[in-house]
Amino acid sequence: MIDPIAIVGVAQTSYERRKKDKTYYDLVYEVTRDALGDAGFTLDDIDGVVTVSNDFWDGRTISGMAVGDAAGVHDKNVSTVSGDGTFGAAYGAMRALGGGGTTLVVVHSKGSEGDPSTITNGMFDPIFQRLLGIDYVTSAALQCRRYLDAHGVAEEQLAQVSVKNHGNARNNPYAQLPLDLSVADVMASRPIADPLKLLDCSPVSDGAAAIILAPEDRAGKAKTRPVWVKGMAHCADEYVLGERDLADPKALRDAAKRAYAMAGVTDPVAELDLIELYDAFSYMEPLWLEGLGVCEPGQGATLIDKGLTTMGGALPVNPSGGVLSAHPVLVAGLARIIEAALQLRGEAGARQVAGAKRALAHGINGPCGQSHCVWVLSAEQ
Amino acid sequence: MAQRVAIIGTGQTHHRSHRPDVTGREMIHEAVTRALEDCELTIRDIDAIVIGNMDHFESVNFADTWSVDGSGGVMKPIMKISTGGTTGASVSIAAQYHVASGLFDKVLAIGWEKNSESDTTGAIITCSDPIWDRFSYSGAISSLATEAIGYINRTGATQEDAARVAVRDRGNALNNPYAHLRKAITVDEVMNSPMLAYPIKLLDVCPRTDGACALVMAAEDEAKKLAPQPAWIKSSAVRHTYTWFGDPDPNTGLISLQRAAADAYEKAGITEPAKQLDVAELYMPYSYAGLKWIEDLRFCSEGGGAKFVREGHTAMDGMIPINPSGGVLSTNCIGATAMLRVAEAAIQVMGKGGDRQVPNVNNAVATGFGGCWWSDVMILTAEAP
Repeated sequence: MIDPIAIVGVAQTSYERRKKDKTYYDLVYEVTRDALGDAGFTLDDIDGVVTVSNDFWDGRTISGMAVGDAAGVHDKNVSTVSGDGTFGAAYGAMRALGGGGTTLVVVHSKGSEGDPSTITNGMFDPIFQRLLGIDYVTSAALQCRRYLDAHGVAEEQLAQVSVKNHGNARNNPYAQLPLDLSVADVMASRPIADPLKLLDCSPVSDGAAAIILAPEDRAGKAKTRPVWVKGMAHCADEYVLGERDLADPKALRDAAKRAYAMAGVTDPVAELDLIELYDAFSYMEPLWLEGLGVCEPGQGATLIDKGLTTMGGALPVNPSGGVLSAHPVLVAGLARIIEAALQLRGEAGARQVAGAKRALAHGINGPCGQSHCVWVLSAEQ
Repeated sequence: MAQRVAIIGTGQTHHRSHRPDVTGREMIHEAVTRALEDCELTIRDIDAIVIGNMDHFESVNFADTWSVDGSGGVMKPIMKISTGGTTGASVSIAAQYHVASGLFDKVLAIGWEKNSESDTTGAIITCSDPIWDRFSYSGAISSLATEAIGYINRTGATQEDAARVAVRDRGNALNNPYAHLRKAITVDEVMNSPMLAYPIKLLDVCPRTDGACALVMAAEDEAKKLAPQPAWIKSSAVRHTYTWFGDPDPNTGLISLQRAAADAYEKAGITEPAKQLDVAELYMPYSYAGLKWIEDLRFCSEGGGAKFVREGHTAMDGMIPINPSGGVLSTNCIGATAMLRVAEAAIQVMGKGGDRQVPNVNNAVATGFGGCWWSDVMILTAEAP
């Protein structure tokens, strides 16, 4: 059990291939203003700020420096997390829990302004791996191949994830790629890195997002219905890909176990109403569902066959369209939290899961989901 | 309810200009091992890790996930905090909140940098806006030179006054076995060293260092069990006030430090800093900071910095000894530099300072400086809550 804290304000930009008309601090300003507006707060209600950015993606050292003015950090306690937005939000939650008061978390990314392959190549060992040219796509292809081989999964089964999530994105006005696809479309799309095809991969995106986390005594002041943080945990696996079984997301299992224990979740399928997870590639959805204990190892790909994870199923996964439908790096994890929060507020519009009371949001850091962060959120305190 | 937090262990590498004998991860491992040994724990006892550096120096993306073989982060929660020069203090404060939140009882904080693998200034100037600032007014030394001139014009301080700060810190470093530059200097040597950016000369500024620092923090009950004398965190405060190098007025005090210090002092109940604080470990990247920023910390009156130093109040036997470790002018492994201030302040509170120990330290202050004229402040105390 943790002390009660709540998400009382959320905002996200629409996600697009290239936001040519705005700098990333313009985007940060937009979501800071909108998150405050959502909560009915002014900057005076904010005690501390956590900005989230990455020096490689921004092409700037001390990348938090560029967004200080836009995020309203002047004369406030502030810090900067370098990593996915779920991790930044986790630090924001720790500050709200640890006496730091109401905390604004702001994340931005403009994938359009960098070279994603070079930037993600920088995650790998400079001596032994980087010169091979390995990046986020080719490492994911290795993981996908390992997953297919480990459990006898067919590529067509993974294609269904892309069909479902791009289909769900048609209900999400913020999504970048709402698409009406068939399995045949995915299978026939351009090969990127075997076995990944274009429609197995998330796009390059621009966008920003923000949330406001408040301790219990401050949550009542917001005009929104508070979304309570019930569980939160993160965990990192081995760094070298060869030291991990890429088909076994054990760091995710550990994070999920601790988040469930905090939230009192014993049967995720029965007790969660929806999941928003980090599906940067189609195979990630079933693999992460296995790590989250939604099903046994190797069974993730059959969940769609059974209809469990579709909008009408017992446990809809990525009603927003997920990361496959918009992938602003770093922002994408916070967008999962925001989508879960909107569902629990009953404000998810056409993508609303009826009667959602408890939701899970998930983000990743490092290659092939080396590090995971899991959030359990509830409409009820 | 927030948990009380204490530093119970510190570890640092023997700092050098080049560490070709170790990789970044091995260097991190040295500091982590020493911090764990200091509080007689093993990595198995650690619940979570916070790590920080500046990405562009070593060109490693996602240093948190890259580091795990050295930091001990395999199958543990680990996250990365990066705020430029203030990183080491920002990481320390993040570790503080990890414990204060009640989520973790024992947390490892790590700051590190391998400057020998970088073009330090080339990497630093990319912090500035690529259109407006980067090619005109960026990086460390040009903006510091502007501040120094503003201070000289306003107060009548001399270059010799600044040189005395460098002489003091470099002299103190002789007592610190971990310091990078362990060679005493004189005012004459500072004055005759090559001019870098008027009025800053070579011996007025910090070196580039390879090194790492680690802290172990624990919640109240654990800290009392594990450490004979924990260094309790009384308060911390941060002001990352500016976005543009042209924002601050060089003809006034350092506003971010004034406000962060005021915030931290208020939370800690400190009204007369020079009397209530027994020692200060300050992130001063150049000698003039040792005159001006001690005014912003209210150790002395505005404009009184040079006289305060000249009269010996900041010497090892003075009213408030500053930088017994030798400070940043003696050791500067950037992502670790601000954490070294926190670690050295904790060492003083814990009474583990050896030749650099100030007697009877009850309260200590550590600061971080960086970014765009940013300041972090932490107050430590020997008194259990």
